[in-house]
Amino acid sequence: MDIFQSVLLTIATASTPLLLAAIGELVVERSGVLNLGVEGMMVIGAVCAFAAAYLSGNPWIGVIAGIVAGAVLSLLFGVLALSLATNQVATGLSLTLLGIGLSGMIGENFVGRAGARLPNLDIPVLTDLPLVGRLVFGQDPLFYVSIALTAAVMWFLFRTRTGLTLRAIGDNHKSAHALGINVLKYRYLAVMFGGACAGLAGAHLSLVYTPQWVENMTAGRGWIALALVVFASWRPWRVIGGAYLFGAVTIGQLHAQALGFGIPSQLLSSLPYLATIVVLVLISRDRRLTVMNTPASLAQPFVPDR
Amino acid sequence: MRIELIKRPQQSALFSAVSPLLALGLTVLAGFVIFSLLGKPPLEALYIYFVEPLSETWQLHELAIKAAPLIMIAVGLSVCYRSNNWNIGAEGQFILGGIAGSLIPILMPGFQNFLTLPLMLLFGFIGGAAMGAVPALLKTRFNTNEILTSLMLVYVAQLFLDWLARGVFRDPNGNNFPGSIRFPSAARLPEIIPSQGSAHLGIVLAVIAAAIVWVMMKYLLRGFEVKVLGGSPRAGRFAGFSSSRMVFFAFILSGGLAGLAGICEVSGAIGQLRETISPGYGFAAIIVAFLGRLNPLGAIAAGFVLALTYLGGEGAQMSLGISDKVARVYQGLLLFFVLGCDTLIHYRIRLVFGDPVKAQG
Amino acid sequence: MKKFLFALTATVALTAASGAFAEDKFKACFIYVGSKTDGGWTQAHDIGRQMVDKELGDKVETVFLENVPEGPDAERAIERFARSGCGIIFTTSFGFMDPTIAVAEKFPDVKFEHATGYKTAPNVTTYNSRFYEGRYIIGQIAGEVSKTGVAGYIASFPIPEVVMGINSFLLGARSVNPDFKLKVVWVNTWFDAGKEADAAKALIDQGVDVITQHTDSTGPMQVAEERGIKAFGQAFDQIEAGPNAQMTAIEDTWGPYYVKQIKAAMDGTWEGGKSTWDGLKDGILSMAPYTNMPDEVKAQAEKTQAAIESGELHPFTGPVNKQDGTVWLKEGEVSDDGTLLGMNFYVEGVDDKLPQ
Repeated sequence: MDIFQSVLLTIATASTPLLLAAIGELVVERSGVLNLGVEGMMVIGAVCAFAAAYLSGNPWIGVIAGIVAGAVLSLLFGVLALSLATNQVATGLSLTLLGIGLSGMIGENFVGRAGARLPNLDIPVLTDLPLVGRLVFGQDPLFYVSIALTAAVMWFLFRTRTGLTLRAIGDNHKSAHALGINVLKYRYLAVMFGGACAGLAGAHLSLVYTPQWVENMTAGRGWIALALVVFASWRPWRVIGGAYLFGAVTIGQLHAQALGFGIPSQLLSSLPYLATIVVLVLISRDRRLTVMNTPASLAQPFVPDR
Repeated sequence: MRIELIKRPQQSALFSAVSPLLALGLTVLAGFVIFSLLGKPPLEALYIYFVEPLSETWQLHELAIKAAPLIMIAVGLSVCYRSNNWNIGAEGQFILGGIAGSLIPILMPGFQNFLTLPLMLLFGFIGGAAMGAVPALLKTRFNTNEILTSLMLVYVAQLFLDWLARGVFRDPNGNNFPGSIRFPSAARLPEIIPSQGSAHLGIVLAVIAAAIVWVMMKYLLRGFEVKVLGGSPRAGRFAGFSSSRMVFFAFILSGGLAGLAGICEVSGAIGQLRETISPGYGFAAIIVAFLGRLNPLGAIAAGFVLALTYLGGEGAQMSLGISDKVARVYQGLLLFFVLGCDTLIHYRIRLVFGDPVKAQG
Repeated sequence: MKKFLFALTATVALTAASGAFAEDKFKACFIYVGSKTDGGWTQAHDIGRQMVDKELGDKVETVFLENVPEGPDAERAIERFARSGCGIIFTTSFGFMDPTIAVAEKFPDVKFEHATGYKTAPNVTTYNSRFYEGRYIIGQIAGEVSKTGVAGYIASFPIPEVVMGINSFLLGARSVNPDFKLKVVWVNTWFDAGKEADAAKALIDQGVDVITQHTDSTGPMQVAEERGIKAFGQAFDQIEAGPNAQMTAIEDTWGPYYVKQIKAAMDGTWEGGKSTWDGLKDGILSMAPYTNMPDEVKAQAEKTQAAIESGELHPFTGPVNKQDGTVWLKEGEVSDDGTLLGMNFYVEGVDDKLPQ
């Protein structure tokens, strides 16, 4: 395998969990809900996916377990933040605490076990094509899911009636309610979709990225995913850009180190964060466009009045 | 079954007072269940969790040490969030405050007099404020979302501190391990009652900061401005308030207080600049700010509650072998109960059984 | 509420009283910086603690606190242990050094053991393991099996321990292949499986065919297995993660030391103010079975291990030059322990600039 392709594959693997979690959170935020518990849902997804795959021997059962676990945890957020109208920021942060603790409890007996890896796609002839074969036809299944999911979310939000309704709720839940839309139902579904995506991202970590369970293995990736939604100004295709920019700079700095440039590794390690800020500054200068895409009722609790 | 909220005509004074107690009751109940399921003596566990840390003087001091940074940061954040600015990067501002305040004892170890500490605290505030001003500047000048920039700068600050503590600020006699020299006593925040325990002045400063900010929010025009602009930027503009000036004010105040907390931690609790100076206080303080209902005085109570859960969890782990993961889960549940019970202040809760459509009709 | 609290206190007082007779066991306490199931540094210490339970369980009670952040939290945790009747307290991370010293001053009757530090007191000793002996052996193996003549090193933070490991590895490799090269990547974390795996991939893409690590997860081992190259386990036998990749592993085996020190503390022979730096011969570290390598390489490794254990071979023996080409150790000269414990320079041949 040539180095060009190999590096790009590494970037794709590093970016996929970010993309999966971010695209889910994007839908949540488009519905006007801010769930800061992505890290917690992701880590629960990772441990449940690993445990299920380990016990059943089938990584696909692991994937399903990860999705379900993330969605169930997000439901807890939903009950509090939606039904009880608690503060969303505090609830999301508490969810992260809970998720990290719970994942440690569940995973206690799975540490250090060799897990079941989700196999890469392998199509005879096509996968072996030079330059792009592996890139296009030989990656892990969740990579294709992440791209397809982004396309599907784009289509859903901007091409379907339900998607339009969801965006309307995010922009002004009061008007949406006045039009007879069941705001809470939409938001519950959106929150659970976000949880499922975060769980799937966690499954990618423990079944593809590094097929094992270690405590806290998300290592802050849920936070990065949250930041990427903002980076994307709530537009799905920009999430791909953000996730891959972040992944590329992360991998790039490791290569720069291996080449022995002698730049302090702390500076190199901070490049992905700095790069994200700089790029966001450059693209968010158009005030009109940003305001247009920001869900106006983000993080504001909604209680139907009568 | 579904939960229905009915808005009260006005805040319920009764539930403002009762809700924390209710949350406590639920937490105790949940604790009873969890600890019993784990096969641990539930009453003893609860005692260790909530009473023991308050029963010994030295533990009260430790509680104050743990609560001080949480309160100080949360006070600033509550103003910031009230003004509808989203500073998620207090952790980074805390770190930069710690670095800036440490410049004096590290670069000028000979400068030891009555000015040393006040200057360090001032530098700490300025350092945190400068770090906070970056997202504010990017937001007002380039319209860049402050959630992303403030969060990303946390990681940059952590790595910057790491670089300093392992490089230029490293103690030349420290065997090439990270960490600066230990500060001379003139650069150490004094302990309140040295004979009883190790709590330092940080907690006093935090409470003073809370009081000052509370007065500002309640009685000064600036506090009114925060609330108006936070509630509705449009209304604020009609009143002649500048929202971009408010962005700077909110970030400089919250960043500055986080920075002050940072230097208090370094100078009071740690005694040197290390490669890490915070176990996540900047993030935990966000929870504290909201638990305290975005009220500076509420932040004091909330800060102590959160600090208590850390100490209690540690005690339960040590005395009964309850793993720290269980403690973390329990902490999360406790926060959920407090948040959920606060709903009662503004709403009456009704459980609706049966077909939701009919119930609505 | 008041009544309830009273009932609560009363019950606790009762349970405490009934449990009192179990109190005459000697209490040995451990402070961990990570989780006891981190699969690396902390887990190795916890396995040591479990060995104490097994061997001295009828006389000794062990207690631990995990995930204790370095700094004021550590000081509180150690003080809590000291107040709760611990006879000996092991603080198992370098960052616990100053808190350990501070608490030890307040509790002169309690014995303290701090891992990997350099400050002692009348009731504080330090203990450490000569990991570099193992790193020399794996470096030599790498030097023999590598076809590209370049190895990759995934490093955590530039502290003397890690720098010493890098140097020892390269000296081992150069003892059999004088042109051997080493690429170093700093990941700025002890523990992030994903990031460590990414670093391993970057190194492999740049042409290394053996990797080793001074970080704690099995991420790099899994990458090595997947890409069909060789690697070495860290802290544990990681053969399960790399059945075809792991050639051996440097295993931390703290148990015998813990048992020895606790026994000494109980019978009154424990001495304060000491610094223990044990090596392969003392069993504080050991090598996992040599596999996935040609027989002659295995024989060579075993020979080197025996020579280190007998004291015949010291990995840091001259002639050794520093990275800039100046002489560090003259022919036959052996480095003193002080230089090693504070090491902040590379030896000749490391393809990296040491962060200063």
